[in-house]
Amino acid sequence: MANDVLLKMEGISKSFPGVKALDNVSLEVKGGTVHALMGENGAGKSTLMKCLFGIYAKDSGHIYLEGQEVDFKSSKEALDNGVAMVHQELNQALKRNVMDNIWLGRYPKIAGIAVNETKMKKDTEAIFKQLEINVDVHRIMSTMPVSQRQMVEIAKAVSYNSKVIVFDEPTSSLTEEEVEHLFKIINMLRDKGVGIIYISHKMAEIKRISDEITIMRDGQWVATEPADNLEMNDIIRLMVGRELTNQFPPKTNKPGKVSLKVENLSGQYNQLKDVSFEAREGEVLGIAGLDCSGRTETLESIFGVRTRKSGTITLDGKRCLNRSAGESIKNGFALLTEERRSTGIFGVLSVKENTVISSLDRHKHFGVYLSEKSQREDTQHYIDAMHTKTPSIETKIRSLSGGNQQKVIIGRWLLTDPEVLLLDEPTRGIDVGAKYEIYQLILELANNGKTVLMVSSEMPELLGVCDRIIVMSGGRVAGEVDAKNTTQEEIMALAAKYV
Amino acid sequence: MNNPIKKINQTCADYRHMNAKGRRTFWIDGILNNMLYIIMAVFVIYTASVRPAFLTLGSFANLITQVAAYLPMALGIGGCIVLTGTDLSAGRVAGLTAAVSAVLLQEADFANKMFNNFPKVTGWWILLSMLIVVIIGAFVGFVNGFFVAKFSLHPFIVTLSTQLITYGTILWFFGLNGNNGQPISGLSKQYKEVVGGELFRLGNVAVPRYVLYAVIIVALMWFIWNKTSFGKNMFALGSNMDAARVSGVNVFWTTIMVHTLAGLMYGYAGFVEGVRSGSVAASTGLNAECDAIAACVIGGVSFVGGTGSIGGIILGVFVLRIIFVALTMLGVDSSSLYIIKGAIILCACALDMRKYLVKK
Repeated sequence: MANDVLLKMEGISKSFPGVKALDNVSLEVKGGTVHALMGENGAGKSTLMKCLFGIYAKDSGHIYLEGQEVDFKSSKEALDNGVAMVHQELNQALKRNVMDNIWLGRYPKIAGIAVNETKMKKDTEAIFKQLEINVDVHRIMSTMPVSQRQMVEIAKAVSYNSKVIVFDEPTSSLTEEEVEHLFKIINMLRDKGVGIIYISHKMAEIKRISDEITIMRDGQWVATEPADNLEMNDIIRLMVGRELTNQFPPKTNKPGKVSLKVENLSGQYNQLKDVSFEAREGEVLGIAGLDCSGRTETLESIFGVRTRKSGTITLDGKRCLNRSAGESIKNGFALLTEERRSTGIFGVLSVKENTVISSLDRHKHFGVYLSEKSQREDTQHYIDAMHTKTPSIETKIRSLSGGNQQKVIIGRWLLTDPEVLLLDEPTRGIDVGAKYEIYQLILELANNGKTVLMVSSEMPELLGVCDRIIVMSGGRVAGEVDAKNTTQEEIMALAAKYV
Repeated sequence: MNNPIKKINQTCADYRHMNAKGRRTFWIDGILNNMLYIIMAVFVIYTASVRPAFLTLGSFANLITQVAAYLPMALGIGGCIVLTGTDLSAGRVAGLTAAVSAVLLQEADFANKMFNNFPKVTGWWILLSMLIVVIIGAFVGFVNGFFVAKFSLHPFIVTLSTQLITYGTILWFFGLNGNNGQPISGLSKQYKEVVGGELFRLGNVAVPRYVLYAVIIVALMWFIWNKTSFGKNMFALGSNMDAARVSGVNVFWTTIMVHTLAGLMYGYAGFVEGVRSGSVAASTGLNAECDAIAACVIGGVSFVGGTGSIGGIILGVFVLRIIFVALTMLGVDSSSLYIIKGAIILCACALDMRKYLVKK
């Protein structure tokens, strides 16, 4: 390939408190090629892109665009210099029309005051014609399907006359036909000499569209190869290939009889479709899958905070309706949510308030009065039991570290005396030491005969803690594996089954 | 850490270890966080030096009487603010219930009595009347809460609407039986006695009975806020609604109950206001919610949600009243009074928000 290097990222490192998100990563994108960027969730792909666009300030390393060193301070600056990105999550002004969105922040003006609508319309239509997009430029964004909005976003990136365009999981909401259209556009851009960075989990797509592939793992660069040299299996092996070290406590729990049965669970407002599985007493059942594969939706549907279209939940032979969180708690369920900050903690309230909120009935005297003493006892009990580091039980929870916050919330749920624990990413954003303690706790719960369902994006964690693992893909159960005899490769292949 | 002496010792020890810059931040933060109390102290000292009568028992009696009158509404609105909402209908609801109380409890032989067929005013009838007006208030609160909870409307817009509806109802009520919008007066002696009768005297100024009622209400509200699951749920809901829902809090009913409880308080406030005003007009209660909201904010009930205390609200009402009494004694005219009131609210909100901003 005789194309010149258009964008060169060299030795990029970025640390967050407690985590090295990027470690000396390099990436070279040649003009007129499609460069695929691959890796598991959390491998550092989006962090790398955020460093490119100045959303994060890189700790070290250099970025060169056409040989000139650049250091963008904002995505606006990057756009002005010809580096654009089509985001996975669309950030669009939904109440405005198509062309307003495309020219947002740089409206053509008449005499520097009035917006030149005529020019906007003409330019937009010219771009749409070039890309063969068939959308009315006056249409309001919110009335359009997601796929068309995605097309508008792509048109916007093109309208900047960009030299480099990053596509972040562009096909996640497109139909097959639309994917063909997208590939046509990408090929068109490639022929014009644009350098394209293509981020995706879908192997088949990557093989089809990309010229070169860079693989990342745990914030590090692993390999860059021409696409023709790599088979699907090679890619998977490079993506997950790490040795399991002794980072998990010994497994001592013994699964017993079946306790929880979930049958034909489908979501009313989400993609969840016919999810059925069984879980045993004293078992840790893992749920694996990519982001948006329906893992979180499954747990939240069981717990009744998402609307079910159909499906039955049976616990110990008793049918549970679980229409609201309150009812689920009474039925013996507990849900540790994925987003600790937005749906877990009550930031301005104390550790005590955060601990007792789901089990207030325990402290009731005469049906109304809540005993302060027993609330303090319960809180102190779980602070001691889980070695939570907090200055006092009256400390506001938001001033604790992520791991300690998580312990407080787990304590909240244990106080409700649940039979089934639904844990959604229980170790996300937690340092290694605290992770080990949480694994210990999970296994201890299983030892005590509880049923634990655990969703995680970290595969070693699932393999190390769970007994069985259900793999989800595209809202469905793609398969079930035995954690002892499976490999990360097998799980990855299942996770890609319906995407 | 609960021991205040220990806490002061700890603070002193911390202070000794600070560098010059840390010490400066310590003082600036300390001054800004207590700015309102500092302003209040300045007002009190200045007023006392110019008008010695300000620091007498009689003046104090006057102060607690005013606080007792303004407190119930502030306690009601406080709950709405904890839920990150507000309530604009409070003043009008109190106006309506004041008018209803006045009509129910008019003197039997009063020449302009609106309804002649009401029974003679007795203790039971007064109790029943109070119950009726409190239920009216609670009903408006329930409607507020229902629309907020069911349709996820912002309380601002819901209570703005009910404020207008309530005002319309007041105007209609004042036109009944040929009353033609006249203020309702001629309140019965018993009604005046039950609400405004002398409890005890402080420096030759009578302290009315509703001061005692206010104390009872404070105790009741403190219990509800701090010692019941409803109270805990209210704070959890105000702090993080999604987390509250997942934690099993019944978000729908908690929202409705907070507003209903608030409405109940406005109903009672109107019952007292009837006696205080002596003759209830259609404008009674106008803008009363502004004072109540201001008192809550000054007292640390933040619009951020999930924070606030009954003690804080009492303090807020006190601060606001002291400043007004001081200004009135200094002979400040009413135009300046409004300007100062607005400035205090703005200042209080800005200082309050400062505590919640995450420094980057």
